[in-house]
Amino acid sequence: MKRFGLISVPYLWLLALFLVPFLIVLKISLSDTALAIPPYTPTLDMSEGWAGFKEWLSGLDIENFTWLTTDDLYWKAYLSSLKIATFSTILALLVGFPIAYGMSRAPDEWRPTLMMLIILPFWTSFLIRVYAWKAILSQEGFLNQLLLNIGLISEPLTILNTNTAVYIGIVYTYLPFMVLPIYSALERLDESLLEAAEDLGCSRLSAFWLVTLPLAKQGIIAGSFLVFIPAMGEFVIPELLGGSKTLMIGKVLWEEFFSNRDWPVASAVAVVLLLILIVPIVLFQKNEEKQREAGK
Amino acid sequence: MSEAALATAPAEFAPWEDAQATPLIRFQNVTKRFGDFTAIDNLTIDIFEKEFFALLGPSGCGKTTMMRMLAGFETQTEGTILIDGQDVAPIPPNKRAVNMMFQSYALFPHLSVAENIAFGLKRDKLPKDQVAARVDEMLNLVQLDKFASRKPHQISGGQRQRVALARSLAKAPKLLLLDEPLGALDKKLRQDTQFELMDIQEKTGTTFVIVTHDQEEAMTVASRIAVMDHGKIIQVDTPAKIYEEPGSVYVADFIGDVNLIEGTVTTSGDDHATISWAEGQQDLIGIAHDEIPAGTRATLAIRPEKVNIATERPADMTNIIHGKVMDIAYLGNMSTYVIETPTGQHIKAQAANTRRIRRRAITWDQDVWLSFTDTAGVVLTS
Ligand SMILES: Nc1ncnc2c1ncn2[C@@H]1O[C@H](COP(=O)(O)OP(=O)(O)OP(=O)(O)O)[C@@H](O)[C@H]1O
Ligand SMILES: [Mg+2]
Repeated sequence: MKRFGLISVPYLWLLALFLVPFLIVLKISLSDTALAIPPYTPTLDMSEGWAGFKEWLSGLDIENFTWLTTDDLYWKAYLSSLKIATFSTILALLVGFPIAYGMSRAPDEWRPTLMMLIILPFWTSFLIRVYAWKAILSQEGFLNQLLLNIGLISEPLTILNTNTAVYIGIVYTYLPFMVLPIYSALERLDESLLEAAEDLGCSRLSAFWLVTLPLAKQGIIAGSFLVFIPAMGEFVIPELLGGSKTLMIGKVLWEEFFSNRDWPVASAVAVVLLLILIVPIVLFQKNEEKQREAGK
Repeated sequence: MSEAALATAPAEFAPWEDAQATPLIRFQNVTKRFGDFTAIDNLTIDIFEKEFFALLGPSGCGKTTMMRMLAGFETQTEGTILIDGQDVAPIPPNKRAVNMMFQSYALFPHLSVAENIAFGLKRDKLPKDQVAARVDEMLNLVQLDKFASRKPHQISGGQRQRVALARSLAKAPKLLLLDEPLGALDKKLRQDTQFELMDIQEKTGTTFVIVTHDQEEAMTVASRIAVMDHGKIIQVDTPAKIYEEPGSVYVADFIGDVNLIEGTVTTSGDDHATISWAEGQQDLIGIAHDEIPAGTRATLAIRPEKVNIATERPADMTNIIHGKVMDIAYLGNMSTYVIETPTGQHIKAQAANTRRIRRRAITWDQDVWLSFTDTAGVVLTS
């Protein structure tokens, strides 16, 4: 009994913080908009008992989901988010892997410092850091001034309010999530494995392909999901750094909620986003499990 | 060895005695330092083709470092290493016809047992069927056929060691470096593998350099043994020579069981030296190839199994020691007797147990006489 109690704690936690909110969102997505507080019907009226519940149930329908398919804004936004998240993940991997590799090769006494440098940005607000990029990327920003001063360009570049700025923002923000799992995989890699590979006829480069990369694979997969999943639903970065043409589902969601005050449609958007993300989340979990097994 | 003996044994493998033979490996005044720590100290040694060369020495004496320099993972601080007459300093590990079995095995955790063994063969771009055939052969050799598709973390320590051995053998290299290849195996499998190694060596003509902590193993497989200490080679010789005629007290003590009897040299010459060692005991004679000045402190090293034990004073022996039985250790096929001399020294003698214990003649506290011939022990000054 006592054991059961202990095991149930994390499940209760998940139930309260994940399942219940999800069920609420799901319920709202099946409701209709209304000029009321909260701005949707039906609301469950407990005082009418069973009949009230039945009435409430009959008020629910999937109208909002069909609505999502009629306006092409939505699927375009999903697709655009998917594209931006995918490219950001690839970019983060291209930047993050060399960083993680360099850290794992660094002398032992440097590693805590390097690790610190990776984690340090988390000590300030995410919002402030993204705002700072506005100051860097704008027409009169630091980057353009620097490039103009050293004569590399003659006209300021337009970066802010484009998708490029969104990519920069996402890669910058989620880089630590890419670096840390790869680093932890590479750090465990035994140097003598590379020596053995060389001994058996590999060049340095092929030893990297045949030994280092496969052994870092799980770290790479974990890092990629940790970047991809939040990037998919990202709102703040496209809002602050992206332009009017930057289409992301997070932005659409925000607009439905706060500009249109259409909670049911916004909820439907959120539910679909979650369903899309379930695939990579499950894959991520599988990868973690495999890693744990191999680590034994 | 006399000329007659040499003439009657022409087939004997001893290239190190042949001034014309060119060694496969030459260490010339090689020193290796890590920071200010000297791991290999001005070491010079020749190893010949088809040798089975064993490195023996206490932990940390530089055995692995020597191997790593041969494989190409460390560069010597000073001196030259030649393989096949070629200075190997600029040659990277993957371009050397040398394979190494790592002390830590270094198996690839993401590859199966078979893939680990195939790894080096695939790098040679061998056709698939040849790789598969060779892998099967190796799996068979180390008796791991059933485990071909397992990952390294799914097999036992001894099995992992065998995979590492098979992987290093697979490419049939010219020079094979084995860093404690059999340490984790049980006695039976170890002996089988030892003979297998010697067999492979005979068939392929591969030169083996093997590190071992097991003297018996070194004795069984090696053509020559190098005893190392603190980055230096103390003695290099055939197993028999190392055992029978150690050049120093260190080597005598390191290899096998030995009685070390300290004394002062009285006479020397004609390949022998005599030491006086205790009051009331007669002087002892042993082998000494170099003449030792009288009065020098020296040690007579004598193996317990060369010491006879008797209840009566033997008549015709050169070396006789009188004492009392202090301890008897029954080892099954033989017994070790520890004898205390009247001056308090302890000397061991070994005798085969040809009779049942109950009828054995010698018991505790009995007066006994130990004896050995004048060529059984060696007189050592260092
Ligand atoms: N990379 C290194 N940096 C500093 N010291 C080292 C390094 N590699 C080896 N040493 C030192 O060199 C000495 C010889 O090491 P080596 O590994 O050759 O010993 P070994 O004879 O193989 O010992 P064992 O029997 O325990 O394997 C040791 O004292 C070791 O600490
Ligand atoms: Mg070693």
